[in-house]
This record gives sequence, structure tokens and C-alpha cells, in this order.
Amino acid sequence: MTAVSSTLLTPRLTAVVAHNWKLAIAVAVVVSAISMAGLPAAVSFWVVGAAAALVAAAFTVNAYRRHYFGALLVAPAIAVLFVMNIFPLLWSLGLSFFAYQANQQTIRFVGLGNYVRILTNDLAAHATWGALINTAMFVVFTVSAQMIVGFLLAILFAKQFPLRKYLLILVLTPMMLSVVASGVFFTYYYDPTFGILSYVINSISGNQFILMSNKVGAVAGIVFADAWMWSPFVMLLVLAGLVSVPKYLYEAAAIDRISSWRQFWMITFPYIRGLLMLALLFRTIEAFKLADLVILLTKGGNDTLTISYHLIRIANEQNKTSEGAAISYLMLFMVIVLTNLYLYLANRRTKGA
Amino acid sequence: MAESILGKFGFGRASGVDKAGWGRTLAVAVVAFIYFLPVLFIIFTAFKPQGDALLVPPTLSPTSLFGLIPDHFVFKPTLENFGSVFSRSMTPDGAPEATGFDRYFFNSIFIASASVLLALVIGTLAAFGFSRYPLKGNDTYLFIILTTRMLPAIVVIIPVILMFRVVGLSGSYLGIIMLYTAFNLAFTIWMMKSFFDELSPDVEDAARIDGSSGMRVFFKICLPQVIAGLAATFVFGLILTWNEFLFALLLSGPDTRTVPVAMNQAVSSGGRGTDWTLLAAIETLFLVPVFLVTFFLQNHLLRGVTFGTVKR
Repeated sequence: MTAVSSTLLTPRLTAVVAHNWKLAIAVAVVVSAISMAGLPAAVSFWVVGAAAALVAAAFTVNAYRRHYFGALLVAPAIAVLFVMNIFPLLWSLGLSFFAYQANQQTIRFVGLGNYVRILTNDLAAHATWGALINTAMFVVFTVSAQMIVGFLLAILFAKQFPLRKYLLILVLTPMMLSVVASGVFFTYYYDPTFGILSYVINSISGNQFILMSNKVGAVAGIVFADAWMWSPFVMLLVLAGLVSVPKYLYEAAAIDRISSWRQFWMITFPYIRGLLMLALLFRTIEAFKLADLVILLTKGGNDTLTISYHLIRIANEQNKTSEGAAISYLMLFMVIVLTNLYLYLANRRTKGA
Repeated sequence: MAESILGKFGFGRASGVDKAGWGRTLAVAVVAFIYFLPVLFIIFTAFKPQGDALLVPPTLSPTSLFGLIPDHFVFKPTLENFGSVFSRSMTPDGAPEATGFDRYFFNSIFIASASVLLALVIGTLAAFGFSRYPLKGNDTYLFIILTTRMLPAIVVIIPVILMFRVVGLSGSYLGIIMLYTAFNLAFTIWMMKSFFDELSPDVEDAARIDGSSGMRVFFKICLPQVIAGLAATFVFGLILTWNEFLFALLLSGPDTRTVPVAMNQAVSSGGRGTDWTLLAAIETLFLVPVFLVTFFLQNHLLRGVTFGTVKR
């Protein structure tokens, strides 16, 4: 490595060369700042975009010259994710410190005001905490229902029998359906006048039965629909664990005359424990986001508002953009914690097995 | 003998578990049938004559199964609902009009396939990069990418709506395809990385020692080995995008509306006002691709629904 090539690879900040990404960043920041201050938003967006493209080009040339293929391969993906996900998230982080409504022109800095408002102010905090408690309730009910049903289904399918493949498809299909497609039809099944559920219960008890008329019924309706859709997910994971247990362990246990209850805890359970935890966390993250089913089935009535749906209402229907941004960050924080835990367990399982 | 014939038709895939006979098949069939009933009911409703959907007691079956099911539970199957998905008369005795659903189906197919293809190209390159040339802080990048996928859609949507409004992308194909590309990208990267991680490094190392460039190794050695993975990722992405509701609801315009959004609008009148047989016909058409995919991807389903984090 000669002195010439080392200066070629690490240019000074001011040197105008194709691969000087530091200079490109400096230029991009200045140009973006000027355009955002001076030009209308629609124009300045594209100016900022061009500046970002400049930085990206400088990075690409730099990476190519250094045979730094990792960065080169990853760059387009990171760029798309940055524009469509990371940048909007940073924008909403910024907005959460302002008082701003999408249908008004005024914008005012309020610091942590929005966070204080959604967590402690009477009305706003009441709604937030109510939605959070409802969400926690849905998480507990739907996830435990899915774990139990999924586990039982997995035990049913954990043998090899004729037509297994085709019967498995029937059980797996609900998971692959669109929430809208099945959610819409659950409103039909639950309908008090012509719904099939009401018909069955009416003909047994003789009284008019309306499932969605109180909170218990509304929650039960949503939990049932969600559990129906996602139990197959738990089943798939548990089934993967059950299939991976080596047969000779059972044969050895049979020779030692160990009871089947103890066989389960000593042999089977260790093989499915990791997968059960993964299923639990994955479903918790998903149940935490529950919104579509609530929108379709109750529209938040009977105190079934979840935090995700609450956020949709605040931000999209009531146009309280910055308050919504603050709630977003509350949720973001929780999802990051859960995702971190999930990945930790997934990696430990891969390495340990 | 019977075993080996069944095995030939792919019945004996899952090994390491005990064999069971037709008794188990019967028991599981009953459970699976009950589990599948809600879907079956949608499909049956699509074949009912228009007035039948609101009957009490509800009609349940297209045949009486040789007199097994009482006559008042039997309906006469018809195909007219499928026709009226695309054109029907809007007024009591008007001429049939186009409903625009052909457009919505086209939108769903076009938006899903464009964004998934784009994500597949970009994402496979990135997955190869993450798998073979780890960056400083590789795991952090991967974590952030997965987090964007785990986030509640609405958290990302609020600023995206603002951004699209400013730039003028709201309601356009470009906007929603870009957004879905990002949405599929996270999934594609994790999925494809799990396939690349599984390849044995021996052949690759040999090729490298013989002087093949990194790109040559990627195209000639790695890519041919993950064709099945590419197909699975593609079809999974297609279904995820096909089913997506919230992004489409908040970001598609009248011209770019997808089927789930149109379906939701068809039902929003609710109760007796909704034409349930028509809605069921729309849904049945909408479900066909999902059934086919579930069937053909059975072996990759576990990996697909966990974004590649659980392989076996």
C-alpha cells in the first residue's frame, strides 16, 4: 500500500473527487437546508432527494474503489427503507415535539408537551390508558387462546397418517386469508337478526341473542375471530418442534417405563420450549397491533378501542398529527423491546440447537 | 404396498414422527372440517341466490346429501353473483353497469407484483451482502430492518401521508408501490438471508480460490441454489401485499384502489343493506390465489410466516 494510493482512498474533506462522501454529505446538508428554508415544500423535497442521491453516489463509488462489496450490495435496500420508513419515522419524532394539526397551518414548539399530555392530562391520558389496558387485555386473551388451540392442533397433526397434507391445508388457510376478507364475514356470522351464531343460540335458549351488545360479548367476538385466524401459526411452530424430537428418546423412555405425562415434560417439552416462546412473542407483537378486526367488527364500540385503533382515530380522523406522533413513539418503544427479545430468543435457539 | 403408493404421492413427507392409521385421519378430518367451516360458508354464500343470504334459518348446503340435510337448509346453487361482481344494474330496472371491480382486481395484481418484484431484486442483493460481507454493526442494521416490519403500520403511515401530500404522490401508483416495496423489502431481506445462510460455503470458497469475482460467485453459484427460496419469497410477498389493508385504505386513491379497500366499502353500509351474496362472490374470487399459494408453499410456510427467523 503506497502513500499515493492511501491518499486516493481517503481523500481530504475538501478534495473534489467522485468518492469523497464526506464532502458530498457536507454539500448535501447545506443545499438541503437552504432549499428547505427558501423553496416551497414540493420543490425542496426533490432537491433534498437529489442531494441524497449525490451522497449515495459518492458512497457507491467509494465502496466500489475499496472493494467494499457489503456496503455496495446493501446500499439500495437501505436507501429505499430510509426514504419510506426511517425518514418518515424521524419526521414524526420531530413532529411529536410540536403542536401541529395536518388540517391547519400553525406549528408551535411544545417540547415534551405532547407526551405529558397523552400520559397525564385528564381526557387525553384517560383515552390512552384505556386503550392501552384494552390492548393488554386483547393480548392476554387472544395469545393464550391461540397458544392453547395451536398446541392442541399440533398434537393432532404430530403423527403421520393418510391425507395429512390435505387436511393440514384446511387448517392453515385461515392464517393466509386477508383480515378484511374474514373479518367482514365475521360481522355476518355475528349479526343479531340473520347471523348463524344468533340463530343457533336463539333456537336453543329461545331469547333474542345479540353478541356485540356488551363488552364481554364484543371482546369474545373479536378474540374468537383473531384466535381462529392465528392459531395455525402457533400450530406450525409447535409442529416443527414435535417433529424434531428424535424417536430413540421415546423408545428409551418406553424401556424405562416412564409415564407418558413425564415423557412429555422430560422429552417433548424441551424440544418445543424455544418455539413456544417464539410463537408467544411473535403473536404478542402482532396482537399488540390489533386494529383491523376491531375496525371491522365493533368500530371501537363497547369499550373495545385498542391503542393502534386509537392512534388511527387521533391521527387520521381527528387530525391531531403531533399527538398521534407522540403515541406512535410510545408504541415504537414497546415494539422495539419485544422485537429485541424475540430476536434474542430466535438466535439463541439457532445457536443452541 | 399401500404405504409406498401413498409415499409416492407425497403423503409421507414429515419424518421423525410415528405413523398412525385411518382412525387418526378420520378424527383430524372432523376437526379440520370444523376449523375450515367459516371459509366454506363464505364460498357457499357466493353460490346462493341473491335473497337467500338473509334467510332465517340460514341455508347451509347446495345439496341435500341424499336426504341427510332437511330441505329448508338446502339452497339452489347459482353462478349469477360472480357475474354481478363485474357488472350489474344499479337501479331496480336499469341496464347493467360496470362496477369497476375489474379495475380493482387489476390494481391489486399490478401493485402487488410490481412492488414484490422490485423488493425481490433489491432485497436479494442486500440479503447476500448481509450474509457474505457482514458490515460493521451488521446485526444492528438487520434489527432496524426487522423493526420497520414489526411496527404497527399506522406508526409509519402518519408521516408517510404527510410526505405524500407534500410531494403529490398520494393516490398514485408510484407512491403506493414505493411504500409496498419498502414493506416487502424487510421481509425479503430476512427471508433470503435465511436461505443464503443455509448454503454450504465449500463450493463458494473453491470458486473464490480459483479466482472468481464476488459477482460471479453470486450469480453462478449462490443464486441457482436458492431458486426455490426466491420463488417462495416472491409468492409470500405477493400474498402479504395482496392481503394488505391499512396502507391501501389510507393511501390509495379512486384509481388505485385495491380489492380489500373496495370490499370494505361494499360492506360499510352494514347489516341488511349489504348485498352479502355479492360480497361473498368478491371474496371467493379474492381467496382463490391464497388457497393455491397455501397449497404449493406448504413446505416453506413456517419460514415465511416467521420472516425466516425459524427455519425448521
